[in-house]
Amino acid sequence: MDASTSIATHHDPHAHAGEHHELGFWRKYIFSTDHKVIGIQYGLCGLAFLFFGFCLMMLMRWQLAYPGQQLPLIGKWLPHIFGPGSMPDGKMTPDFYNSLGAMHGTIMIFAGVVPVAFAAFGNFVVPLQIGAPDMTFPKVNAASFWAFVVGGIVMLISFFVPGGAAKSGWTSYTPLAAFADTGPGHNPVFSGQTLWLIGFIFLITSSLLGAINFITTIIQLRAKGLTWMRLPFFVWTQFVTAFLLLLAFPPLEAAIIMQLMDRLAHTSFFLPAGLVVNGAPVSISGGGSPLLWQHLFWFLGHPEVYVLILPAFGIIGEILANNSRKPLWGYKSLVFSVLVIGFLSFIVWAHHMWLTGMGTAVSAFFQTTTIIISIPSVIILSAFFISLWGGSIRFTVPMLFATAFLPMFGIGGLTGIPLAFNSADLYLHDTYYVIAHFHYIVAPGTIFALFAGVYYWFPKATGRKMSDFWGKVHFWPTFICMNVIFLPMFLQGMAGMHRRWYDGGQGWAVANDHTIWGLTGFEWNKPISWGAWIMGLAQIPFIINFFWSIRHGQKVSDNPWEATTLEWTAPSPPPHGNFVTEPVAYRGPYEYSLPGRERDYTMQNEPVDPAERTPRKPPPELVPA
Amino acid sequence: MNNPPDISQDPKEYEEYAHGIQKHVRGYLMVGALLLTLTALTVALSYVDFGTHKANIGIAVLVATLKAAAVAAVFMHLAAEKRLIYRILIFTALFVLGLFWLTLLAWFDYPVVH
Amino acid sequence: MEIPYTVSTRPDTGLWNAKIGIWLFLASEVMLFGGLFSAYIFLRIDAPPGMWPHGVLNVPVGTMNTAILITSSVTVVLAWASLKMRRYRAYWWYMLATIVCGIIFLVVKLAYEWPQKYDHFGAYIKPEALGKYEQYLGNEYAAEKGLPPRLEITGHLHNPEALKDPNIKEYEVALDPLNAYPTNPSIDRPHFFPLPVTHKIARIEKEDVLRASMFLPTHNTYFASYFTITGLHGLHVLGGVLVFIYMWLPVSKKVYQRNPEHLANRVEVSGLFWHFVDLIWIFVFPLFYLL
Repeated sequence: MDASTSIATHHDPHAHAGEHHELGFWRKYIFSTDHKVIGIQYGLCGLAFLFFGFCLMMLMRWQLAYPGQQLPLIGKWLPHIFGPGSMPDGKMTPDFYNSLGAMHGTIMIFAGVVPVAFAAFGNFVVPLQIGAPDMTFPKVNAASFWAFVVGGIVMLISFFVPGGAAKSGWTSYTPLAAFADTGPGHNPVFSGQTLWLIGFIFLITSSLLGAINFITTIIQLRAKGLTWMRLPFFVWTQFVTAFLLLLAFPPLEAAIIMQLMDRLAHTSFFLPAGLVVNGAPVSISGGGSPLLWQHLFWFLGHPEVYVLILPAFGIIGEILANNSRKPLWGYKSLVFSVLVIGFLSFIVWAHHMWLTGMGTAVSAFFQTTTIIISIPSVIILSAFFISLWGGSIRFTVPMLFATAFLPMFGIGGLTGIPLAFNSADLYLHDTYYVIAHFHYIVAPGTIFALFAGVYYWFPKATGRKMSDFWGKVHFWPTFICMNVIFLPMFLQGMAGMHRRWYDGGQGWAVANDHTIWGLTGFEWNKPISWGAWIMGLAQIPFIINFFWSIRHGQKVSDNPWEATTLEWTAPSPPPHGNFVTEPVAYRGPYEYSLPGRERDYTMQNEPVDPAERTPRKPPPELVPA
Repeated sequence: MNNPPDISQDPKEYEEYAHGIQKHVRGYLMVGALLLTLTALTVALSYVDFGTHKANIGIAVLVATLKAAAVAAVFMHLAAEKRLIYRILIFTALFVLGLFWLTLLAWFDYPVVH
Repeated sequence: MEIPYTVSTRPDTGLWNAKIGIWLFLASEVMLFGGLFSAYIFLRIDAPPGMWPHGVLNVPVGTMNTAILITSSVTVVLAWASLKMRRYRAYWWYMLATIVCGIIFLVVKLAYEWPQKYDHFGAYIKPEALGKYEQYLGNEYAAEKGLPPRLEITGHLHNPEALKDPNIKEYEVALDPLNAYPTNPSIDRPHFFPLPVTHKIARIEKEDVLRASMFLPTHNTYFASYFTITGLHGLHVLGGVLVFIYMWLPVSKKVYQRNPEHLANRVEVSGLFWHFVDLIWIFVFPLFYLL
């Protein structure tokens, strides 16, 4: 049984003096304002978008491995879904490839990872971990979820309009993005790029509202005794992530409004004079600047990548401590590093723009800040590694993903270092090296953390565990395939293969005229694609396990992982209001293996025994006789 | 100015509290008048030739900043606000200035062509 | 467990929840308008001499609108103070004044200022044709006096069908004073009271025109920025007005009767938003109208 002393252990949802009436189905499950319901809603929608974005990628990988060939089985059906311009006779057009690329990136980042890592886990776990009854603004929370849904749906609709979805990269650089999907046969509003812009505004609104909620909740609703330095590391990462979203998204929103004006009102915010499109000079005033779009985009774009990784750090931290039965090493350094990363992430953005011709002074500034920001990242990774040392490690399914995260993120982070230098990036920019770098961080990095989090907190949300066996069946092929997919991409990139070549390099000498480790750059596309498709198959056990375990998983206690943080003192699943009486924290978040105790974990709300307060005595064998 | 005494429990304490707010009202009206005056000043100064156009812009932005400071400090109670709010705003100010300044630097810092 | 600190303050921060929430929101709004202002700065810096217009907006009307918004900022803070002093009647009147001011601001902008622009015409002359229209541009005079070059002929377009019909070969324009009397020293700089369009007519051939349109967002980057920033600002004004209307209706009186501090806090929070909207206008006004 769990050790909670201040929580009613019977799970009657009406336990707290019937203040409100029982809500109907719609208010309880659909338009709920309860953070747990909203967290699960974000989680399910976000996972669905992740799956959709993954499918887009699997389609792309066919074109890269077998360019111009008919896609077997489903190839003939796809034009019925995506229109005749997508895959006539099952063969992919360049435009459709570009749409897949742009939407894969956009959906994975903004409709997949951010909603799951920040909104889903954050919403479900943070109020429980700080001992709060809910978020400070529950209605705003619901509004933020539904804004996300609208934004995601608009993005999906964009596939089905004439011209298809946005195809100017997830970065939507102007002038291309301003003119894409315009002209005869296109509707000004219902075109891929315009819908991308409109959908994005909803996604940004959702994140802004969410960020306000998180920051206020963490500041105001911490339980008694839960000081800042007693917060679980996950709460700190969510706190900093919220600030990044709050302050970095709006300049992109401004830029999106301006690009909408360029497309709909024919302004020239980002369009210089003298542009010729399809052989004809365009009738615009000119006077705008494509570079302005890039600055405003990357002002968000860089903090965004930290939005993707910080919640992952938080999740991994919780799971490492729990499964090594030791406190996290260097808690203060971890907190300090996360704060420094948050601050610095706002002043490194131009490292995405090394090839725009900026001068040496400003380039030197951004190179310096970029290198400096790698330091706190290394501190965090090192602290995680050191946390394992001397621990009593148990390889539960969450721990498998968490330990795999460490070297995978290490590879991703370290391979970013050459990109931080303007000189090296002149060669590597826009090659597959960059794709490999950031995918190592997001895919076997963040997404592994998300999987770990799902397996870890599933018992709290449902009262049941997911199957360990199928969890391992999910993990091992996924882990291996991740490396099969992304490791060769470093080689392809260093050989000079570019991003966004719709034929996978087939028509380019640099991808065909020499071999790297026995295969030409273009030939490497085949094993990479097969790795991707096998990895797709490996997700099936996860999906089945997830849904099956909701009803049929092994029933577990309120604290099956024997963890220390406050969410494990609440019933599984927690009732509305979470805690019947106000929780009080007496300790830090990772009091594992305290000497002299029977159990190897002590929960945060367990009062401190006066005997514990004695100063640390050295072990007898070290005291001279 | 928060958690005022409950009028039903402590009517006398409440009277004192309300009187305190009354004093602030004078301040609001004075700042309002100041803002209107500064607006007229901004308009007038824009027709004075300060040499370069940049100088005119500088002066107009300076007056605008004064007005903004008055609105923020008095109407938005920032002068009496808690530390936490200041901290949030300091970072915001830093980042928005960073956006302006760094982009400005990048705008003009082209490599030297020999 | 109810959510704590919705009205009363948390001891260590000294703040109630919505106050932090609104300041966070305002911080994000600073970044939003910051992004737009940075666009304004760079587009203006990049504009070649003569391409960034001056004096095309109505300064007296803009000044009046500024005064209206400032007044509404005063009335909203007085509304809040009245609530804190538990004077509901006074609150009701001040809130009504604020709403009225907001509506006047919007009406002036949307029903007068913006439409005035849609009716105004401007044609940029091709560089090689500037000499041909010297009588309307006065570039020699401008160069002598160290003024920026004049590259545009503006005024009232008598044959608007010329914009769409390729068969019509020229624009017939009733000239603005600057183009009617380009060498008149009193028109070197914009006037406070806008001078009316003259009766002097010019015929400008389409083949000499680089670009011609009404003063719409598409006309040049100045108008693109102007309409975008004032449009977004106007949306914020509208949002504020709608929230204030809700706080002024009888439904909010019920909140007051249940817990007057709760309504006072709501008014304070929306008032903070309103002051921010005023703040943005304080910068928009000189940057677009005066400089």
